[in-house]
Amino acid sequence: MSLTINHLVIAPILLPLAAAALMVPLTERQRMLKAAIGVTSALASLAIALVLLHFADSKPPSATASTSVYLMADWPAPFGIVLVVDRLSALMLTLASVVVFAGLVYSIARWHSVGPHFHSLVQFLLAGLNGVFLTGDLFNLFVFFEVMLAASYGLALYGSGAPRVKAALQYIAINLAASALFLVGVSLIYGVTGTLNMADLAARAPFLPESDRMLFESGAAILGIAFLVKAGMWPLGFWLANTYSVVAAPVAAIFSIMTKVGIYVILRLWLMIFGADGGASADFGTGWLLAGGIATVAFGSIGLLAAQDLPRLTSYCVVVSSGTLLAAIAVGNAGVTGGALFYLVSSTLAISACFLLIELIERSRMPGADVLAVTLEALGDEETEQDSGDPIGIAIPATMAVLGIGFAACTLLLAGLPPLTGFIAKFLMLNALFLPGGAPDGVPPAALSWTLLAVLLSSGFAIMISMMRAGIRVFWIPIESEVPSVRFLEMVPIVLLLFICAALTVQAGPVTRYMQDTAQSLHTPQTYVRDVLSEPRVTPPSPKAEEAAQ
Amino acid sequence: MELILALSIGALASSGVWLILRSRTYQVLIGLSLLSYAVNLFIFAMGRVRTEAPPILKPGVSGTLANYTDPLPQALVLTAIVITFAMTALFLVVALAARGLTRNDHVDGRES
Repeated sequence: MSLTINHLVIAPILLPLAAAALMVPLTERQRMLKAAIGVTSALASLAIALVLLHFADSKPPSATASTSVYLMADWPAPFGIVLVVDRLSALMLTLASVVVFAGLVYSIARWHSVGPHFHSLVQFLLAGLNGVFLTGDLFNLFVFFEVMLAASYGLALYGSGAPRVKAALQYIAINLAASALFLVGVSLIYGVTGTLNMADLAARAPFLPESDRMLFESGAAILGIAFLVKAGMWPLGFWLANTYSVVAAPVAAIFSIMTKVGIYVILRLWLMIFGADGGASADFGTGWLLAGGIATVAFGSIGLLAAQDLPRLTSYCVVVSSGTLLAAIAVGNAGVTGGALFYLVSSTLAISACFLLIELIERSRMPGADVLAVTLEALGDEETEQDSGDPIGIAIPATMAVLGIGFAACTLLLAGLPPLTGFIAKFLMLNALFLPGGAPDGVPPAALSWTLLAVLLSSGFAIMISMMRAGIRVFWIPIESEVPSVRFLEMVPIVLLLFICAALTVQAGPVTRYMQDTAQSLHTPQTYVRDVLSEPRVTPPSPKAEEAAQ
Repeated sequence: MELILALSIGALASSGVWLILRSRTYQVLIGLSLLSYAVNLFIFAMGRVRTEAPPILKPGVSGTLANYTDPLPQALVLTAIVITFAMTALFLVVALAARGLTRNDHVDGRES
């Protein structure tokens, strides 16, 4: 079994790459064929991710070999590049495949015919994302980051038009500068520790000589800035709302996972290298992450309240979600991290659904209708009250009703209200914050808990106010009532994403258990390090003997 | 020699950063290129600056770093050069497209 699983580990990277390469020579006339290949590849990637998820979950978190390590070209761990599947990577792989699948299905109805090579770009993006989640090597992480970013530049420009090109120009400039920082950080760390393997790095970091520690920490901080730019932390995240609010809807839906890439790397590297076993560097940067996270939530909430159109509003939801995650991770308590992981999944799905939904809603409205509505609201203009003599209102058309229900579900998910997953996730975080059961050494000071409580709840409140205001404006006060033409295929991915959230709510018990196990293994990285460094080579003459030995 | 290398990396990086902060797309582009040169030299320098030490194994010389220079940063630089070159080319295309669509080369698309 371990042999097949071992080779499945590299499949999530190879499969989309092969699909993308296959699609490049096809002409745009064969668009449906491309779409079929793309959807098949995304589905296969999802299936593989689910198998890996099941595999990663089959062992208890503290057991040895709870991770599956793939040695590329059969070089042993610190020398070659390794791919590692553990609970966190399997979870992120699944999430990426789901979001990409939803975006692809949505695009088939309309968007994929707007410009060339949409499907190839999406597959390259998926390959890059999967690579980032799987790799256990710092420089390989850079390469997959660039694969992902290169595809995302193409997708950000997709559909063209002055606003998109302008936003993409800034997006590309910022990401190129961040990549330069990434390289500086990686090479500083290599210069000090002499390794690029993440597990090896975690093993060596506590034993660095004092004279090198400052260089190491500055390297890590520079590297961290590169990831925080991606995650959209407050002073580094001004590009986010500008870009996300103008890109094409399916692209924005897929991009909802891209900010989580930064979060993923922070979760992985920061907890592994600067966790409790970090020696003299333990907890390096905690204060920065926490303050940055809280500032990001505050910035996002203000942006939400000020946002005048739906795409911008949803983009600020992305900012809030990033900030919440950063602050929760910085607490450094396994229970809070578990809740944060649940929140990560739930908010990614909800934001993705929301981006798809608002494009359908916007379709029926005049450009500028939002600004008009805000002006009306501000001036207190009462003239919009039409046919007040008629006691029987106009029935809401079925399409609008479905869209409205979807919008309400997104609001509940993002604001963290019961009964959906957003609430459960926030509850888990707050519960672990105040009742850290079984981990007395990780008890955060009370002031911190209260601050985070206030931040989480007030950000949820800001999301609720702004989304309710937008919802009322869109669904109840139609400035010109034209029902948008919505194809069945465009509703499918939205319903699917929201259905997954509902399913996660119903299955909250097992899901929570999985998230807590993930958090537990992230906070005790020794097993990960040992698994990676002790992975035996698959010697070609006798693979059977290897298997028997395990 | 270390001093010259450090000074040139610093000069490249600081001019690069200054140019990135300018408002014309072409200046930003040149700034990003300069910054990437600085980064590439920096990666190279992280393998330690040494002369007369080859990065590939020679027969009869024991394979420790005392006799060789670290080959890994050189491989990393190669990858980084290729990637940044491709990205800079892409940025140039986008800058040209923005120039065509907005009729000026300000990064915000409008003079102010």
